[in-house]
Amino acid sequence: MSEHLYKYLRPEAFPTPFCAGCGHGILMNAILRAVDELQLDFNKIVFVSGIGCGAWIPSPHFAADTLHTLHGRPIAYATGVKLFNPDLKVVVISGDGDLAAIGGNHLIHAARRNIELTVICANNSIYGMTGGQVSPTTPKYAKTMTTSKGNPEEPFDLCKLTVACGARYVSRYTVYHIKPLINSIKKAMTTKGFAFVDVVSPCPTQFGRRNKQPTLFEMFNDLKARSIRHETAKALKKDELTGKIVIGEFNE
Amino acid sequence: MEKIKLNRKWCKGCGLCIEICPKNVYDRENKVSTKGFKEIIIKNPDVCNQCQLCELLCPDLAITIEKTKKDAKVNK
Amino acid sequence: MPKLINKSLLPPKKYFMQGNIACAEGALAAGCRYYAGYPITPSSETMEHLSNRLPEVNGVFIQMEDEIGSICSMIGASWAGAKAMTATSGPGFSLMLEGLGYAVMTETPCVIVNVQRAGPATGQATRPGQSDIMQARWGAHGDHRIIGISPWSVQEMYDLTIESFNLAEEYRVPVILLADEVVGHLKESFIIKPEIEIFNRDSSFSDKPFGTIQDDGVPPMPIFGQGAKLLVTGSTHNEFGIRKVADPVVQDVLVKRLCAKIDNHKDKICKTESYLADDADYLFISFGISARSSYAVIKQLRNEGIKAGLLRLKTIWPFADEIIKTTAQNCKVVFVPEMNRGQLVLEVQRVLCNKQVISIPKTQGEAIYPSEIYNESKKYIK
Repeated sequence: MSEHLYKYLRPEAFPTPFCAGCGHGILMNAILRAVDELQLDFNKIVFVSGIGCGAWIPSPHFAADTLHTLHGRPIAYATGVKLFNPDLKVVVISGDGDLAAIGGNHLIHAARRNIELTVICANNSIYGMTGGQVSPTTPKYAKTMTTSKGNPEEPFDLCKLTVACGARYVSRYTVYHIKPLINSIKKAMTTKGFAFVDVVSPCPTQFGRRNKQPTLFEMFNDLKARSIRHETAKALKKDELTGKIVIGEFNE
Repeated sequence: MEKIKLNRKWCKGCGLCIEICPKNVYDRENKVSTKGFKEIIIKNPDVCNQCQLCELLCPDLAITIEKTKKDAKVNK
Repeated sequence: MPKLINKSLLPPKKYFMQGNIACAEGALAAGCRYYAGYPITPSSETMEHLSNRLPEVNGVFIQMEDEIGSICSMIGASWAGAKAMTATSGPGFSLMLEGLGYAVMTETPCVIVNVQRAGPATGQATRPGQSDIMQARWGAHGDHRIIGISPWSVQEMYDLTIESFNLAEEYRVPVILLADEVVGHLKESFIIKPEIEIFNRDSSFSDKPFGTIQDDGVPPMPIFGQGAKLLVTGSTHNEFGIRKVADPVVQDVLVKRLCAKIDNHKDKICKTESYLADDADYLFISFGISARSSYAVIKQLRNEGIKAGLLRLKTIWPFADEIIKTTAQNCKVVFVPEMNRGQLVLEVQRVLCNKQVISIPKTQGEAIYPSEIYNESKKYIK
């Protein structure tokens, strides 16, 4: 971690509670770099998060105002903060289960309202903190603690969902694509409207281990192999995209 | 100022740095430490080309690369 | 923090208003500048009124997608510095319980109005009830304390809403205004005075916004954007706000302090009114619209030469144990009329365990009539 970024951290909160090899640590790094490159006033940012591993990214690691809320509700809390004090920059960092399952209603309405929030989804396609249950973004056929014979359900495409709801800026990157991810977070944080960044972040412990990819490096290689740029994906048919991770910006 | 700093208090030994480094700078200890894993060490600091992939991708924010080379790939 | 004297928002005079609207105006007078709500009968008038009034006073109004979003956004706004409110009825209040617990745990001042209706579940949406009393006290999970207040008139829908905000700010606790459909939809004249007393939270800078040296005191509450680097969390936390989810001492200290904060200030918080109770042989203890019917009954009984009195609870929670014990000490029988199957009576029986306490319940989706209270009580009056 670069020395100049230490000022954003609470050192007593480290080492982080994340598992060895958790993608969320990489996302944490990316978010802080984005804030630093934008030279945002850290005292005027409020980080709001729900419940789950992703929600522990800002709380308590960031030396800023942090609001660690109820499961599924960070966007609702963030709405209140932003509406009452629009001078604050409000950034929601939470997981796929938190934002898209229990919190799905708040996600679609905030996007519909186009309220100026930056929502970063730490998307590891699993409920990690509670032991590895299936989530709305778990790929079909994946093994989880509640789909031991393989997930029978189709996952959400959270980017298509938020675009359809009216979000102003929507993107997806994986933590492997670290530079474009940092740039995308910067764009999201400076969007005058609702910004959603779907960050594919590997969970070796709860997801990878049960799906033949027990290390971060193996999951990284898988992300690299399956990622396809949005512009390229547009030319492909639906069945050619099965299993692919489409990265890029979706409604520019 | 060390060119490569590895914060062993923060490192949990996932080993991504070993795999991701294009120059084989990192390796592991042979023995399991009191923390319960074989800890990461800086094996070949002099071959580091300061690409900073390890610093950017370390999930534990445990690595700092001091950019001194003019021709280093810039990541700051 | 001392109380301030503010000028009333509306010109001081007599007004004729619906209870729900008076509640909205009371909130504005107290300084409420954030409302988030969801439509629900019989409470929606409060929200509709505030949708027009809040922009007029540079406040914020939003109709959220559900009640959970309402209470959550209200708590977020409170941490951004707002005096914040939401209003609902039974089914919506049920949805808000998790948020209520979060407000208690994080010591967030806010006001939740429950205009009670006949339940359970969807029940009779347009008809009154008083059956959420126990739910208000115990509905949120975990050990917690809330303040619950019961207005019996349109005047009190205005005054006690102001009082609710003051208590919320003073004790950093959610306050529930337990109204009912009758008081909510009643239109009556009431007075707005030139000045009102206002209490504002202590928002001075502090690195310990979740603990004090005094274990029953109220910590200062900085707000977002002041550089306080606040750590607001619903997880168990120490005085700095740092999560301590495996520390037995921190859990014990926190839960005890959150309870003591209200328990130890009961005497200041509890407000009651007594009518002809000093020499009463027969005491009626009631609240809200049931107390109004009870008042008619004690006057009728007195006319018959029976020494009847009424103790009206304006504060339901915390429960006014001592006041009730003192007021009832010389009574032969105590009656508790209420529009539920007997909820307040359980508390009265607990406190007056050596007295004959008679429940007068009514669950017909309408106000309890004085005649119903009179007829039932006469069976026990010698």
